[in-house]
Amino acid sequence: MIGAGKAKQYANVVEKPLSKGKQEVSLSAFALLFSELVQYNQTQVDNIAELERRLEDAGYAVGARVLELLCHRDKGNRRETRLLGILSFVHSTVWKVLFGKVADSLEKGTEHEDEYMISEKELLVNRFISVPKDMGTFNCGAFAAGIVRGVLDGAGFPAVVTAHFVPVEGQLRPRTTILIKFAEEVLRREAKLG
Amino acid sequence: MAAAIYSLFIINKSGGLIFYKDYGSTGRMDTNDSLRLASLWHSMHAISQQLSPTVGCSGIELLQADTFDLHCFQSLTGTKFFVVCEPGTQHMENLLKLIYELYTDYVLKNPFYEMEMPIRCELFDINLSQATQKDRVALLGR
Repeated sequence: MIGAGKAKQYANVVEKPLSKGKQEVSLSAFALLFSELVQYNQTQVDNIAELERRLEDAGYAVGARVLELLCHRDKGNRRETRLLGILSFVHSTVWKVLFGKVADSLEKGTEHEDEYMISEKELLVNRFISVPKDMGTFNCGAFAAGIVRGVLDGAGFPAVVTAHFVPVEGQLRPRTTILIKFAEEVLRREAKLG
Repeated sequence: MAAAIYSLFIINKSGGLIFYKDYGSTGRMDTNDSLRLASLWHSMHAISQQLSPTVGCSGIELLQADTFDLHCFQSLTGTKFFVVCEPGTQHMENLLKLIYELYTDYVLKNPFYEMEMPIRCELFDINLSQATQKDRVALLGR
């Protein structure tokens, strides 16, 4: 009987207060697990684009669950319905729960109206990863991009999300930018809402 | 920035050289010589364990010569790290532990690294060059 011990305290399971969630997990344990995830997926694919897609799909599953959990836990069963609201939810609430900090920046794309960027100087999933030169522009941040896509899709903001390395002047390492390109219908709806 | 050591070697558990880096001009070696030295050290280390009068000896930790010191650290899995440095250089045990830490972080947690193969990881190189700087090593003793 699952939760039989607790049943004494709370007659009904819905009366039980929500757990706050565990605040920290071991970075080493995560890094090794993530490394294995990438290595496993590498054996299943024959090109880099496919690997990126598989990592993104793995992240999508995380994002979908995170949205559900956080809306329930932090937002009293409400979810954001406006574009900027959901973006700042991803940038602050989601990032804080997953990576222990708010993302470094959230910007609107300069060239296109439907593009937004979340930038991280050092993305947690990339902390220990050096991508070999022969893999070109491949970025394991595809996993984080997948998480973002999962959250946005679940909240009704379908988008194409990709991760890119962007060189920074005066820095040895490039930063990771997560590019969000919303579907047309999202912008149309947003315009209607005024 | 000046480095505190002449050169650094990492050899895998079967004696193959998986990483070699020299700093400055002293004790430089070409590829063949460094491979030879690595496998020679691997064998000598193994023999020293057998010959040692003390029970449970873990092999040579320090070789002192007229012109250099060689400090060696062997991890639990049999990977050996050794540095060649000026005679009497301090804090080399701590530096080797630090290099081992960098290896576990930036090499072993890198999904694109194949075990027992030569190390080519950008992040490892960056962090290593910082760790071996003279003023950084001087702080290790504290």
